[in-house]
Amino acid sequence: MTTALEARKVAQQLAGHLHGISCEADKNILWVDRESLFSVAQLLKTLPGLEFDYLNNLTAVDRFDYFEVVYHLSSVKHNHSLVLKTKCFGRDNPSVPSVFSLWRGADYQEREVYDLLGVTFSGHPNLKRILLWDGFDGHPLRRDYL
Amino acid sequence: MPWNWFDRPLPADWPGGYWWHLLVFAVFIVGLTLTMVMIFIYLERRGVARFQIRPGPNRCGPFGIMQPMADAIKVLFKEDIVPDKADGVLHWLAPVVAFFPALLILAVVPFHNGAALVDLDIGILYVIAVSSISTLGVVMAGWSSNNKYSLIAAIRAIAQTVSYELPMVLSIIGVIVLTGSLSLNDIVARQSVPFIFFQPLGFLIFLIGLMAEMNRSPFDLMEAESEIVAGFHTEYSSMKQALFYLAEYAHAFGGAAIISTLFLGGWKGPILPPLVWLLLKTVLVFAIMFWARATLPRVRIDQFMGFLWKGLLPLALINLFFTAAEVLVWPDGLPLALIPINFVAAGFLIVVWSGLIKFGGGRVAVQ
Amino acid sequence: MVLRTEPFILNMGPQHPSTHGVFRMRLTLDGEVVVDLEPVFGYLHRSMDKISETRTYQQIIPLTDRCLDYLASMSNNLSYVLAVEKLADIKVPERAEYLRVIMAEMMRISSHLMAVGFMLNDMGAFFTPLMYMFREREKLLDLFEMVSGQRLNYNYMRIGGVSQDVPEEFLPALKRFVQEMPHFIDEYDQLLAENEILLARSKGVGVLPADLAVNSSASGPVLRASGVKWDIRRGDPYSIYDRFAFDIPTGTAGDVYDRYRVRIQEMRESVRILEQAIAQLPGGLHRARVPYLLRPPVGEVYGRIEAPRGELGFYLVSDGSIAPYRLHVRGPSFLNLTALRDMVVGWKVADVVVILGSIDIVMGEVDR
Repeated sequence: MTTALEARKVAQQLAGHLHGISCEADKNILWVDRESLFSVAQLLKTLPGLEFDYLNNLTAVDRFDYFEVVYHLSSVKHNHSLVLKTKCFGRDNPSVPSVFSLWRGADYQEREVYDLLGVTFSGHPNLKRILLWDGFDGHPLRRDYL
Repeated sequence: MPWNWFDRPLPADWPGGYWWHLLVFAVFIVGLTLTMVMIFIYLERRGVARFQIRPGPNRCGPFGIMQPMADAIKVLFKEDIVPDKADGVLHWLAPVVAFFPALLILAVVPFHNGAALVDLDIGILYVIAVSSISTLGVVMAGWSSNNKYSLIAAIRAIAQTVSYELPMVLSIIGVIVLTGSLSLNDIVARQSVPFIFFQPLGFLIFLIGLMAEMNRSPFDLMEAESEIVAGFHTEYSSMKQALFYLAEYAHAFGGAAIISTLFLGGWKGPILPPLVWLLLKTVLVFAIMFWARATLPRVRIDQFMGFLWKGLLPLALINLFFTAAEVLVWPDGLPLALIPINFVAAGFLIVVWSGLIKFGGGRVAVQ
Repeated sequence: MVLRTEPFILNMGPQHPSTHGVFRMRLTLDGEVVVDLEPVFGYLHRSMDKISETRTYQQIIPLTDRCLDYLASMSNNLSYVLAVEKLADIKVPERAEYLRVIMAEMMRISSHLMAVGFMLNDMGAFFTPLMYMFREREKLLDLFEMVSGQRLNYNYMRIGGVSQDVPEEFLPALKRFVQEMPHFIDEYDQLLAENEILLARSKGVGVLPADLAVNSSASGPVLRASGVKWDIRRGDPYSIYDRFAFDIPTGTAGDVYDRYRVRIQEMRESVRILEQAIAQLPGGLHRARVPYLLRPPVGEVYGRIEAPRGELGFYLVSDGSIAPYRLHVRGPSFLNLTALRDMVVGWKVADVVVILGSIDIVMGEVDR
């Protein structure tokens, strides 16, 4: 059975390695701000005992005020899982750092989120539309699209 | 003896008169080819369907025998589409070039003792020369279509032709060494025992080469459906496509007739008339081909070339060497005791050789 | 003399006999060798995510049949209803759980039959293995028709159970199928498993190393063929999978042949699960009482199952209304394609279709 790790405990584990970064914990959801997303993700992937080597799912939710980018992480080795979330504000050009260099599986998923929700992932090597055609106007999965 | 009444040779100008001979045989060959193509198409569709546990075409006429006719009519009524940037002349010419060698091959095949359109002294050499012309048709089709799949098929065709011709010709030389004649009628006349018994390895090599030449699975790399759509005839439609289709089966008939003549005793056989024997043997060879088609996956181009150059070519040379040695020892005809020895030796060589070589390369390092 | 050569670009697809739908690959070729590959998706994009935001929770079930992996509709149903039940905290009757497992495993066999058959077809085995496998798939489709009235888009599962109990004649027919199936799988093995050409075409071709497979979020048979023993049915059991004994077949090399073998073995394991499920099948209700206009509490859930092609996940966000605020599908075919370029580069055009066939994509799921 995959154990959903308690975000509070994970945050404590991370706190020893990261300085000046605020992680909020909500049951098994770990909230980080987008500036520290990449370093937290890197730690989650490499820290012994955590080793989240598998990115199950990456998506985003439009909350009108902000976009909530959701990472479902799990570890094949330890069989545990965690949800990592970040908020990014602004509707014109919301941006979060890409985790492509950590998990190759983020490649198409980040492109899909960019395509449908318009969240750009800085550092993605090939960020362009994936499901819709180039030149499509708007991002259809935003709540204010139609 | 009553059972070999046909051994009496027909006069070279049967049924009398030079022009009558040419006319009768030309009409006969074209008619026979078209009929056999229909029979082959029907047999293949029904046969492969049986391999695949489905009934196959059975609606059109009794047992579906009119199906090839219906196919032909359907194809004829299709629109003829030529791609915009295609080379019109070559595009038009290619199916013709691909088709007529199949008819030319049959010009020298004896249907009866001495009954061929022309009994050339260099018959088998002529067959080798003519049958490779159809590759030109394939290349023309591939080049003129202005389609990348077709182009790949054309390049494959060229690479393939060079590879399969060599072992094929070398295996024919084995037969020539046994008979000392290049005339197909002589070759048949000398086969008191079909040469497949003295040349089992040669027969196999020739059969494989033939399957490659006729683009039959597992060597149908030029029209590999799952890889390059339809290969060289991707851009063909209507009558031209039908001509390619016809060419494929006509070539299969021609090739099967040659292999029956060279290795299976041609028109020879008891009781039944010679023509019937030849056609029966042809159908048998064709049955082997569609059996392979229904069973085997396709080889890759590099594996295929590796198989031909590293597998078949050395085997063909060894086969030729052994045949020549046997003929030197027994110049007045080989003893029947050699037959089992030949088969054992062929089996041994195949097993040993297949263990020695590796077909094709692996991953190519890029960048 | 130096002959100048240059790579040329081949657009394989979207109309191509073996790209399994409207998938397009921009291949850069050097002769026949693939130098680069860029997949292009979206020809079948029907925006399931967006449509779902205007449908009630019940109304989404038929969408999951059509907009996702149409060769494994039952698994899509199952994944979705499990996610909703997790979100709304609904208890499902025992009998319904067993029926769901039976359907999911039948679906797995049916889907793998198609996968293996079409992979061999891509290899050039002119339809013969495929037709043999269609024979058994036909029996499964008949069984599905018995329970749901449909042969492809079943719409059988409901939130809280299944739409209707199975008819009387279903179980005897299924028992007969389960008895026969191992024999048929042996038959497929006899046909081609040790064939020299098959081995030459598949051994060592399209290798996906285990670390890359995990890193690129591959799942299902593709991941297991690379030697990673990870199956959600065992690793994170959902429904009642913890009650059955079955093995997780894995490969060693991660090549096309291993994926083929893993699928064949998985069919055998599915038959084992079916046997146990039939034997244990309890009586009782087939469906819990669930309001038609379901209003799950505010929250979110990520539900996942081991679909035939890998981890099929539904990410649902509820705002307490009758329609989900956000629904996201994690399609296994989509993510298995991530490492396609690494598998294909350096091989020939002929291998591209075989490797693609061994990943076993369904465009309905890739594009959604």
